[in-house]
Amino acid sequence: MTKPLLGQEVAKQIAEYLPEAIIESNETAVTVRSESLFQIAQFLKTTPGLEFDYLTGITSVDYLDYLEVVYHLTSIEHNHSLVLKTRCHNRENPSVPSVVSLWCGADFQEREVYDLMGITFLDHPNLKRLFLWEGFEGHPLRRDYL
Amino acid sequence: MELRTEPFVLNMGPQHPSTHGVFRMRVTFDGEVVVDMEPIFGYLHRGIEKLAETRTYTQVIPLTDRLDYLASMTNNHAYVLAVEKLAGIPVPERAEYLRVIMDELMRISSHLMAVGFFLNDLGCSVYTPLLYMYREREKILDLFEMVCGQRLTYNYMRIGGVSHDIPEEFMPALKKFVAEMPSFIDEYDQLLAENEILLARTKGVGILPRELAINASASGPVLRASGIKWDIRKKDPYSVYERFDFEIPTGKVGDTYDRYRVRIQEMRQSAHILEQAIEQLPSGEVQSKMPHLLHPPVGEAYGHIEAPRGELGFYLVSDNSIAPYRCHIRAPTLINLTALRDMVIGWKLADAIIIFGSIDIILGEVDR
Amino acid sequence: MLWPLDNYWAHFGVFTVIVLGFFLIGVMAFTYVERRGFGPFQLRLGPNRAGPFGVLQPVADAIKVLLKEDIVPARADKWVHWLASVIVLLPVLLILAVIPFHKGHGLIPDLNIGILYVVAVSALGVMGIFMAGWASNNKYSLIAAMRVVATMVSYEIPLVLSIIGVVLISGSLSLNDIVEGHTIPFFLLTPLGFLVFLLSAMAEINRGPFDLLEADSELVAGFHTEYSGMKFALFYLAEYGHALAMSAIAATLFFRGWVGPGSEYIGVLWFLVKMLFIFILLIWMRVTFPRLRIDQLMGFAWKCLFPLALINLLIVGVEVVAWEAPWWIIFVNFAVAGGLILLWSRFFKLGGGRVEVRV
Repeated sequence: MTKPLLGQEVAKQIAEYLPEAIIESNETAVTVRSESLFQIAQFLKTTPGLEFDYLTGITSVDYLDYLEVVYHLTSIEHNHSLVLKTRCHNRENPSVPSVVSLWCGADFQEREVYDLMGITFLDHPNLKRLFLWEGFEGHPLRRDYL
Repeated sequence: MELRTEPFVLNMGPQHPSTHGVFRMRVTFDGEVVVDMEPIFGYLHRGIEKLAETRTYTQVIPLTDRLDYLASMTNNHAYVLAVEKLAGIPVPERAEYLRVIMDELMRISSHLMAVGFFLNDLGCSVYTPLLYMYREREKILDLFEMVCGQRLTYNYMRIGGVSHDIPEEFMPALKKFVAEMPSFIDEYDQLLAENEILLARTKGVGILPRELAINASASGPVLRASGIKWDIRKKDPYSVYERFDFEIPTGKVGDTYDRYRVRIQEMRQSAHILEQAIEQLPSGEVQSKMPHLLHPPVGEAYGHIEAPRGELGFYLVSDNSIAPYRCHIRAPTLINLTALRDMVIGWKLADAIIIFGSIDIILGEVDR
Repeated sequence: MLWPLDNYWAHFGVFTVIVLGFFLIGVMAFTYVERRGFGPFQLRLGPNRAGPFGVLQPVADAIKVLLKEDIVPARADKWVHWLASVIVLLPVLLILAVIPFHKGHGLIPDLNIGILYVVAVSALGVMGIFMAGWASNNKYSLIAAMRVVATMVSYEIPLVLSIIGVVLISGSLSLNDIVEGHTIPFFLLTPLGFLVFLLSAMAEINRGPFDLLEADSELVAGFHTEYSGMKFALFYLAEYGHALAMSAIAATLFFRGWVGPGSEYIGVLWFLVKMLFIFILLIWMRVTFPRLRIDQLMGFAWKCLFPLALINLLIVGVEVVAWEAPWWIIFVNFAVAGGLILLWSRFFKLGGGRVEVRV
């Protein structure tokens, strides 16, 4: 059974590593600041005992005050999973560091989030629109699009 | 005079007999060798995620049918699993068993198509192996037509169960099918598994190494062919899969031949699961009592299943209204495509086509 | 001998009509046999709606193809585009002109360099296909054209070498003399030669496991992607006509053409039966196997068929000189052929691997 790790417990481990990164944590998820996302992701991938080597998915949700990017991580060896979240409060120009260098499966998924939600991923090697054509105005999945 | 060569770009465009849908690959060739490859898709983007935000939870189910249209039952199942996790709705036992039966039949049908079209791409261009596969698939589609009246987009599962019970003629037909299936797979193996040309063209071609498979978030037969025993039915069991006894076939090397073999073995295992499910099927009702319009509590849930093409997941966010606030679909074939470029570079044009065919994508799911 | 009226004009007039008629009806019959033949292999019936037992299906195909609009790509080279479709058809008709349907009868009766002429003319088809690929102004067609040149040139050599085996035993290049050269059919006397000939012929006519030139799962339709209407009809005719011509050549060379039990006048029927048999072999190979890749194709020609053809030549030469090819040589030949084929399949690996690309 894939054990979903409790957000609070992982938050404790992250707090030892990088204390000011955590915004909140509850049973299901850990939310971190977007500036330190890359370091936290690297920490989660490399720490023995956590070792999240499999990125299940990247999603983004538009809560009207902020845009949230959600990462579902899994560890193949230990068979546990975690939900990692980060927020962007700037609606005009949201940006989040890219995790492509850690998990190359993030490539297309980050492009999709950029295409449909408008969040820029810094240091992504090829951030182009994925589904919609170049020259399309707007980002359709945002709540204020239609 | 100096001899000069130059790589050229070929656009294997959206309309092509072998791209399994409207998929475009911009391939740079040096002679016949692939030097660079860029996949371009989005020709079938219908905005299903946005549409789901304006439909009630039950109205989203037909939308999910059209994602991976060759395996609609598993799409339905993944979605209703996510909603049941979100709202905490129990499912009666008979409905769970019926879901497993439909899922495994769907898996066999989908793998038949995948293998048939893979062999078609290999060059049996007069469709001989494909038509053998279609013969069996027709039997499965007849079974589905008995149950829900549809052959392609079933819309059979509901939140809290399945939509209606199976008719009387279904069970005998299913038993007959399951009894004949292993001999059909044996016949197929006998005809093709040791074929010289097949082996020469697929062994060692398009290897996906183990670390790259995990790093690129591959899932399904692509991941298992690279030697990693990761199957959601065993690692994170949903429905009643814990009660069945089956194995997970894996490959050794991760080449095209291994992906082909993994699919054939999975069909055998599915037939085995079906035998056990038929025996254990209890009686009872098929849908639990649910309000007419579902108002799940505020929160989020991620429900995932092992679809024939990989790990299909639905991430649902609810704000206690009748429609999902956000419905995100984790499409396995889109993520499997991440590794395509590394698999194809260095091989020739003919290999590029079959490596692409062995990943087995469906554009409805890639583009959503 | 000049048949009716012992007059050149009458002879050539009548036989031109006969050969053209045979060609057209033969191609239509072959497409019908092929499609009905695929049916049982693929667990289905073949076409059976147009006419009784689907016999009028080729007629329906012909009418369909003739009525389609003739589209030429805008930037294609118009003259070469048109000329290519003609040049591809030409060798087929030229080959059919020399085949003896009956003892001493044919359009060009008893040409004394028969088989040399056939080999020379069948190489003309390469030109036509390459012109078609080039003139279409389409990268797919160009790739197909490149593959054609490589393939057909490579497979000419085993083809010719296997024919020379037959020529050695019968002692003459004329097709008539080859048929009457020996009482035992040559496919028993040179089984290895027959096998090499069959495989090379399949590659020459771009058929069966060697059809990567028109691989419709890779190159849409290869060199005839951009053709439609009458020009496509010419390519279609040329493809099946070439298969017809090669079957006729194989029947003449290896199965003793018109010779068969019964009266002398039904020799033509025996010839047709043997041609049909070889065509059924071709259909069988096509429907059963997947396709070879280009480098595997080249490897197969140069590393497998070419040495086998040379060894076959050696064996035949030795037999002709030492024993004048008596009947018991058949068993020796079969044993040697079987041994060689086993040896080659053990040591021969098909084709290259991944090329290191500096990205």
